[in-house]
Amino acid sequence: MSTLAPALQQTGSTDKTLRVAVPIAVLLALVPLVVPPYGAILLAYGLVMAIGALGFNLLLGYTGLLSFGHSAYFGVGAYAVALMVKYLKVGSMELFLVGAIAASVLVTALFGVVCVRYTRIFFGILTLALSQVLWSLAFKFFWVTGGTDGLRVPTPSLFGGLVTGAGDKTAFMSHAYYYYVLIMFCACAALMWVIVNSPFGMALQAIRDNETRAEFVGVRIWRYRWVAFLVSGVFTGLAGALWVPLNGLTTPDIMHWTFSGEIVFMTVLGGFRSFAGPIIGAIVFNYLKTYAIGYTVYWQLLLGAVLVALVLSLPTGIVGTAGKLAARFRGRS
Amino acid sequence: MDVLLIHILNSLLYASVLFLIAGGLSLIYGVMRIVNLAHGNLYAFGAYVTAWAIGTVAAGASVPVLLVLLPAGALAAAILGAVLEPTLLRPFYKRAEEYQLLCTFGLLMILEDLMRFIWGPYPLSASTLFESFGSLPVGESIYPTYNFLVIGVGTAAAIFLWAFVYRTKFGVVLRATSQNMRMASALGVNVNRVYVQAFTLGCFMAGLGGAIIVPSQSAVLGMGVDALVLAFIVVVIGGLGSLEGALVGALIVGFVREAGITWFAEIELAVLYLIAALVLLVRPAGLFGRP
Amino acid sequence: MSLLVTKDLVKWFGDTHAVDHVNFTVKDSEVLALIGSNGAGKTTLVNLISGLFRPDGGQILFRDADVTHQSVHGRIKAGIARSFQLVNLFDQLSALDNVALTIFSREGKTRNLATLASGDSAVWDEAVEILRLFGLEAKARMLAGGVSQGERKLLDVAVAYALRPKLLFLDEPTSGVSTREKAPIMDTITSVVRSTGISAAIIEHDMDVVFNYSDRIVAMHQGTILADGTPDEIRRNEAVTTTLIGTTETR
Repeated sequence: MSTLAPALQQTGSTDKTLRVAVPIAVLLALVPLVVPPYGAILLAYGLVMAIGALGFNLLLGYTGLLSFGHSAYFGVGAYAVALMVKYLKVGSMELFLVGAIAASVLVTALFGVVCVRYTRIFFGILTLALSQVLWSLAFKFFWVTGGTDGLRVPTPSLFGGLVTGAGDKTAFMSHAYYYYVLIMFCACAALMWVIVNSPFGMALQAIRDNETRAEFVGVRIWRYRWVAFLVSGVFTGLAGALWVPLNGLTTPDIMHWTFSGEIVFMTVLGGFRSFAGPIIGAIVFNYLKTYAIGYTVYWQLLLGAVLVALVLSLPTGIVGTAGKLAARFRGRS
Repeated sequence: MDVLLIHILNSLLYASVLFLIAGGLSLIYGVMRIVNLAHGNLYAFGAYVTAWAIGTVAAGASVPVLLVLLPAGALAAAILGAVLEPTLLRPFYKRAEEYQLLCTFGLLMILEDLMRFIWGPYPLSASTLFESFGSLPVGESIYPTYNFLVIGVGTAAAIFLWAFVYRTKFGVVLRATSQNMRMASALGVNVNRVYVQAFTLGCFMAGLGGAIIVPSQSAVLGMGVDALVLAFIVVVIGGLGSLEGALVGALIVGFVREAGITWFAEIELAVLYLIAALVLLVRPAGLFGRP
Repeated sequence: MSLLVTKDLVKWFGDTHAVDHVNFTVKDSEVLALIGSNGAGKTTLVNLISGLFRPDGGQILFRDADVTHQSVHGRIKAGIARSFQLVNLFDQLSALDNVALTIFSREGKTRNLATLASGDSAVWDEAVEILRLFGLEAKARMLAGGVSQGERKLLDVAVAYALRPKLLFLDEPTSGVSTREKAPIMDTITSVVRSTGISAAIIEHDMDVVFNYSDRIVAMHQGTILADGTPDEIRRNEAVTTTLIGTTETR
């Protein structure tokens, strides 16, 4: 019987995943060597958002909870960094990340206690509402947060001071910082892959599929949702912390519901039913938004129309649709 | 004493507008079991249309003409709702709730920018109507007469809606559909028609809220989402799907908000959410909600 | 020896006594059938014992310990598991994953988020073995939402069985399947139950199934226990014959 078991196990074995993931990581590492600095920086933004979207999708894709408030955790990460600069005069990226993780653990743990008792629309409403509260605080306590002017964050030192951004900022961002982001992205993606394929990840999917039955196989629903909420928020908080140095400034805009909408959007664009969906969605969205903003001030209208069209006609997103097309193509040839 | 009275009037003013928005949201949810995230934008749309009609198109016209134009925003929001329900929402009733939410979220983004596209980025004002009403003495102080009109419309809407839902034949059909859509359908109710009517009525209420408030405060971008967030608090406190709940919730939020603006402006929204969270912990379905 | 005892168990739904001072027992290693017309209170009784509803009065003793106020989780730990009348599975997981997840949960391993589930071969071996017991090994990799109705009913029982309960409640394990499929399903379930020595309480409407497969029958009517005895005793019981069996057999 033990010979049969491995053959029957879940698809998506570690070997197979690594065979896809490693070449992609190598390709991403080559990017700064071949594309102009601007292109590398744009991709760094995309990778940062991919970390946030991966976190978001732990809730949507794996736990079945649609959050409209993930901007809050992104913002908490970003503001944690900015406040560390302002009040503690910290300049080390590693300390930034520690601070951002601590802050987002605190906030998500608290918000989670309230939110995980609800599902479906109530969960969506609560997350959106709580994020708007944080936004209004960032907006109104201007003597702490700088209000709409925001807070500036200088170029940090990386790897405990081994690499500093003393020279040309563009060169620093497109090389040293790009690799920093890439390492963090790979680590986060690997970690998330383990989480969703762990027994815990299976329990989340069970909750998503059938809450009552999950309870009757002994899964304590609220507790598991709460942990998922925490992990999800911390990933997004980490993305916020990595984003600030790239942008050089944090404003209340990143806490606003519209930013949550962007996180939702990129995940749906890529496809929330697959692991890679949010990653691809985030990177593609980042390019789309950059060009849409360059093309028209009404980019939100454009994105809204694309979102509606997407859920109407391609609900499985880029990854799901590509998979279907590939299957059809293989079937014909 | 007069200060207290003015605070109370202001609270009632907020509550009137909030009831119109949240009541519409709740009515739509009660009948159709969907939450329209773009609901706040219909309120904003109503405000813009009325501001545009009164402040731009008919600028300088006499007060009676302006008053006749006042409901233009409510009608425009109702028409928009009647178009949106069959085209964008109907395809989603049989699909998972995530998709409905995503679709209305996309709608929110579209409407937000559409209003900027049509009316530009600057506030649109209809203050001539507000000013033409002058003020009434309240004790030793004075209070804008127009605000009494808003409170009156809010009260009338609450009474009208109650009578409509509980005293008319259409109300019976509406309540039957909300109790059990399949059963109503089996008994010969045209559910599609009930849905479009309920959605239109909900949008009309939101648009009316925007239309009556716009003379006293301009139409600005982002007002839709601000209203949506407040309307959420109202329905969470009162219970999603319950009109009585929307009324009580609107009064609570109205009074707390007025107190907040006076004494704790920075954390006003946070305090409101704290109240909502407390209500949810004690009564998960809200004060008047069905669990 | 009594495995489970309820003492004066009461549940109100509005003004109706759904369960009216019921004293119900399950003995060690028996297959018990719970019969009664619709609304007799069978499913409510099971919901009370499994922890889905809270009782309005009375006591539930399981292996001499009071579990009346235990959480669902606590009752599962104590050894009470159940299946559902309307199949309740994790439809987007494979049949094997449905069972494996249950084993992970039983072993307290779902708390683990830092290692891959696929690495735990003991769990997967056991999951395959359980599927084999229920004759489902050929469907192991199919999504639970995609197998036939009869197989779903069996999988639902297999998931409950994977908790290694001492008492297994099965709510109409053969409802919604064709008459032809009923016997094989019941053969499979009772042979698994009897071979492991656990007790099963089965809610069932089909009297052929009830008389063929159970050691003891408890008949319920309007929230109370009408009769309790061996299949032969129940067959001869006039109260049961007039209120229940007559109507069921003519159907």
